Amino acid sequence: MQIKDQNTDFETRSLDTVCINESHLEHKWYHNLKYLIIGILFGIVFIKAEVISWYRIQEMFRFQSFHMYGIIGSAVVVGMLSIFIIKKFNIKTIYGEKIEFHDKTFNKGQIYGGLIFGLGWAVTGACPGPLFAQIGTGATVMIVTLLAAVAGTWIYGYFREKLPH
Amino acid sequence: MEILEIIKQPWPWYIAGPLVGLTVPALLLIGNKSFGISASLRHTCAMCLPANIAFFKYDWKKEIWNMFFVFGILLGGVIAFQFLSNPDPILINDNLKTELSTYGITSIYGMLPEQLFSWESLFTLKGFFMMVIGGFFIGFGSRYAGGCTSGHSISGLSNLQLPSLIATCCFFIGGLIMANFILPFILSL
Repeated sequence: MQIKDQNTDFETRSLDTVCINESHLEHKWYHNLKYLIIGILFGIVFIKAEVISWYRIQEMFRFQSFHMYGIIGSAVVVGMLSIFIIKKFNIKTIYGEKIEFHDKTFNKGQIYGGLIFGLGWAVTGACPGPLFAQIGTGATVMIVTLLAAVAGTWIYGYFREKLPH
Repeated sequence: MEILEIIKQPWPWYIAGPLVGLTVPALLLIGNKSFGISASLRHTCAMCLPANIAFFKYDWKKEIWNMFFVFGILLGGVIAFQFLSNPDPILINDNLKTELSTYGITSIYGMLPEQLFSWESLFTLKGFFMMVIGGFFIGFGSRYAGGCTSGHSISGLSNLQLPSLIATCCFFIGGLIMANFILPFILSL
């Protein structure tokens, strides 16, 4: 394992903290299989809790069911507690690295982009995660939706400098 | 076999929600990764068609974990569908059922209404709006906002980030507008 230089390309990354890769260690490719396993478990939860259901999303936006609010709400509470514990006890990764957190900075994209994302979320009944899971359940036409989402991301990248942030 | 029968039933929110929340510390502990899914769409652009756009010029190989993660979600979909499927029709709110029936959507089965999401309907105006324009909005909006429901609403809120709260509120406002005011129009096309 080698220590790599820290990424200092904040010009393009500051708006997009999700994309900052925090580990400075280099691993063999098969170390990535652990993310595959977490993904599989996560996908199973998505299906079994019907998070990927178009109907559940419609119920949520019509205030007809508590289900999705319960899932998002309890997920946030568990996530908050976990991060609190990690920070409080300075818990390290399994490789002994310090776990880093980056603050997000506000920009108007969170409003404009957020609204646009919401429109897409309600009409397709899916956000990016459920899209992958839906394809897995054999709804192959959702591959088109996924490709459209990739196209949307690309168009955003192309016009990014001209958009208000 | 009883346990398998229980697993096959739809999981309640108080089981599923905490499991979703645990993804946040799991990814941090196994490799210092922030939970986020829409970034995978950006990596796909960077991998396949960077086209000299600054936003896509970065070392995507360092982010490959994210592609493993989303491929895992897809595989999870396959596994849950093949082995853990619940044969009963999905139970939905009666008001929603009545509303959908006014648009001729009567086959309430599975996760998506087949009458709306299928290869046949892709080439209708309604299907194009719902699958293609909808998908485009997801990709464009999530990147513009700097994250999606996972990166902002779960990861970001868990780390008490105000921008994530703003983004989450906007996701909901957009969703409310679509579901209550625009979708009825699209469905009646």
